[in-house]
Amino acid sequence: MIPVALILLTSLLFPGIVVKVKALVSGRKGPGLLQPILDIIRLLRKGNVYSNTTSSIFQIGPTIYFATILFCMFFIPFGDTSGLISFHGDLLLFIYLLGLGKFFLILNALDAGSGFEGMGANREALYSMLVEPAFIILFGTFSMMAGYDSFYGIFAHWHLTSGSYFVLSLLAAYILIQIAMIENSRLPVDDPKTHLELTMVHEVIVLDNSGFDLGLMLLANAFKFGIFGALIANFILPEHQLLWIRALIFIGVIFLFAVIVGLMESFRARLKMEKNPQFILTLSSIAAIAFLVALIISNKLL
Amino acid sequence: MKAVNIFEAITVLTVLIYFIPVKWKQPLCLMLSLLLSAVTTSWAVESFQGEVVVHHLSMPFWFHSSLLEIDKLSAFFLIVINFGSLTSILYSRGYLKMYESKASQDFSLHYFFLIWLQIAMILVVSLHEGLPFLVAWEIMSISSFMLVIFESEKKEILNTGIYYLIQMHVALFFVLAAFALVEAKTGISGFDGLVEYFKIYPPIPMYLLFFAGFGIKAGFIPLHSWLPHAHPAAPSHISGIMSGTMIKMGIYGILRVTSFLTDNFMEIGTIVLIVSTISSVFGVFFAIFQHDLKKMLAYHSIENIGIIGIGIGIGLLGKALDNSMICLLGFSGAILHVINHSLFKSLLFYCAGSVYNQCHTRDVNELGGLIKKMPATSMLFLFASVAICGLPPLNGFISEFLIYKGFLSGLDQNIYTSILFLGGIFGLTLTGGLAVFCFTKAFGIVFLGAARSKKTINAHEVASSMLLPKFLIAIPIVVIGFGSFALMPIIEGIARMYLPTGAVAPTNLVSPLLQPLSLTLGVFILLLIVLLAWRAQQQKSVSIARGPTWGCGYPALTPEHQYTSTTFADSLKNLSLSISGVKTHYHPIDKDDIFPSEKRQYETHQEDELEKMLILKPSHLLMTVMLKFTVLRSGKIQHYILYGLGFILIVAFLTIINAI
Repeated sequence: MIPVALILLTSLLFPGIVVKVKALVSGRKGPGLLQPILDIIRLLRKGNVYSNTTSSIFQIGPTIYFATILFCMFFIPFGDTSGLISFHGDLLLFIYLLGLGKFFLILNALDAGSGFEGMGANREALYSMLVEPAFIILFGTFSMMAGYDSFYGIFAHWHLTSGSYFVLSLLAAYILIQIAMIENSRLPVDDPKTHLELTMVHEVIVLDNSGFDLGLMLLANAFKFGIFGALIANFILPEHQLLWIRALIFIGVIFLFAVIVGLMESFRARLKMEKNPQFILTLSSIAAIAFLVALIISNKLL
Repeated sequence: MKAVNIFEAITVLTVLIYFIPVKWKQPLCLMLSLLLSAVTTSWAVESFQGEVVVHHLSMPFWFHSSLLEIDKLSAFFLIVINFGSLTSILYSRGYLKMYESKASQDFSLHYFFLIWLQIAMILVVSLHEGLPFLVAWEIMSISSFMLVIFESEKKEILNTGIYYLIQMHVALFFVLAAFALVEAKTGISGFDGLVEYFKIYPPIPMYLLFFAGFGIKAGFIPLHSWLPHAHPAAPSHISGIMSGTMIKMGIYGILRVTSFLTDNFMEIGTIVLIVSTISSVFGVFFAIFQHDLKKMLAYHSIENIGIIGIGIGIGLLGKALDNSMICLLGFSGAILHVINHSLFKSLLFYCAGSVYNQCHTRDVNELGGLIKKMPATSMLFLFASVAICGLPPLNGFISEFLIYKGFLSGLDQNIYTSILFLGGIFGLTLTGGLAVFCFTKAFGIVFLGAARSKKTINAHEVASSMLLPKFLIAIPIVVIGFGSFALMPIIEGIARMYLPTGAVAPTNLVSPLLQPLSLTLGVFILLLIVLLAWRAQQQKSVSIARGPTWGCGYPALTPEHQYTSTTFADSLKNLSLSISGVKTHYHPIDKDDIFPSEKRQYETHQEDELEKMLILKPSHLLMTVMLKFTVLRSGKIQHYILYGLGFILIVAFLTIINAI
């Protein structure tokens, strides 16, 4: 229960922190930390406007997307305490559930029959296809090192004490941050600030969604950040500490992640659309490097 | 009367199809198929319970008194064959209504060969002797050829059929050569000779010979080129049974030969794994560029055959590493994927057939918005799409889960397999991502959005006779998805025949892994239902409005503004440069062309570069060489007598030389 509660708590504040950091950096006061989540709550109470072109897929799509992300939260462990759901190979189900969510997100966009949303759907499909190998190679590396293929098994056998694990943790943190940015279509692949629909991925997918459905999708995006933040936190979580200290570190890492996202979005420009695939594939090669490093550490290579 | 006599009686009774009125042909065919399925399924069940079931055919089959030997592997394939054939025959009733104007003789031929395709496949998986096996194999190829050319009055369909027939005979040649070699070396005909052969001779060349022959049938890249031609040409229920069931006979052959291997697992496993990974990635990659719905599905068959092959490759490597776990994971993943693919692929082909039946086009760029007109078909297509993409909670995920588990378990074995498996993981993940890309495209363009042409105007839901088989297929897709833990012991029982020699593995090694997975999937569905109920509750209390799609300020949106299959694939085409083989036909506007008068068209099509390189160019070369010899064909009888005389003289001369 602990990780789910912590992720829920931090996810709700996550978008607020990102917005606040961006505002402070650009010299504005910015909205309150709770503002984005209040917006979502308001959306959840509102009615919907449906396009005449849409069908039942448009109505169930956002809910399925939300369900997959919410369910993925249950997989995340808390250091050497397992998540709500833990079994051999659970990280495969985790990845494929994210895939199921994307599948319905893309269909949701195509259902509106608009060129803009088609474009968003297309890019979402392309980017998620390119980013998946990086994630699975990264966790394949860790499962090789730990000898377990569940999140719990990996993190319970992750010892920060040795220097080589530290290097791998850093690489993992870098890749996971970038994957989270791509999964949520933030900078550098896409900039949610721009108001030209043509340049966008996620913002253009939700163009026709409104009310409850839009609220769910925004909430799911916040949860996604929380989940990836929690994964990073798990790499850094020290063993043999009091529970409340570890909980504070866990929360601290996720908030630090939010600050990093805010800073990155303030100082980084969006890539040209056609350069994005290269950028995303680079992550897979970094993951492959992590794999080779792991081979060297475990004395299999050399 | 023994069961085997009933089996023989049915094969004779198939002739009756020629002598009854048209409207009774399909019911008779169905009845015969049901009987056949009942008999053979009972054999399969018997075999699953323990020993190998052996039946003696009372009639000699191809001058041999033949044995039908049904072990667990054959039994498994029997079930796949029977289910595939039954649903195909059920579906054919509604689908062939389109062709009512055809002659009664055409229907007789069609149903006769449809039932014979089932008989031939049953024989293929139960005969072990060389010659009878090859004859059954040949009957299977010929009957499927006859089924493909149902619309033989169309020239391109006949040509495609002949193309298919030629490739099948190339495959036959490979298998024939392999069997002949085995018999020459060991004196034992058929699969049983392989036991002796693999003990004495190097197994790799022989394995490759079999792999080439069976691989053409299965459709491994680069042996795949018949699939994208034959499937679109055939009627949909034939595409369904061919893609779902018949190409699996190639997999059966490979699995059967694999079971006799005693050595060189590492090398053979590596070859199978690499070929399969390439097949899966390129199969789905080429699929994305197809405009023809059935051609797209045909390329997906190549992808899924690749995934099955990956499982076999992992299993072989696991055997080389003496690791029962990896071996079982690989083989049971492959075997489970055989039945999974046979289910969702035939479902997809039947849905595509229903779309063709209503809109009379297979070009996805002319379709759109069909979900409102054909809701049941659309939902079934969506269902099968989720399954074929390997997404939870349906059956495709379970087999991919096992294969991934095999990869992950093998990563920490040694440096060679680590790197090989990492490449495999990369390929398999890429395949999964590309499949999502392809099926969101297919479903989104065909069923969602607004209609792109007038062809969909008169479309409505197909008759229940065409829906029933589809729902029948959907049931096992769900059952395998959620109940995998209960079914897995059977699959694992088959995979155990590949265990490393001397390995002591507990009876259920893989199955317990799936119990928490099934439970988790159940919980996920519960969560989804709760959320959907919450949404339904919320929607009751708020106002719902309807309006046009948001056009970003542009008020005159038309269906032409939507994404099409071509534009959706464009981003991937730009990424992959020329490997995609997509050719564009477009005459751009010149700089000084201020008032362009010519009406411009933009057209793309995809060319299979591998087919060009491997089939078209060599056969073209062969043709040009052969054409040089036409000089000899003068048409004058004197010349031919002269050639004959020359030949006799040469033979006589050579005999004399030989005698000296």
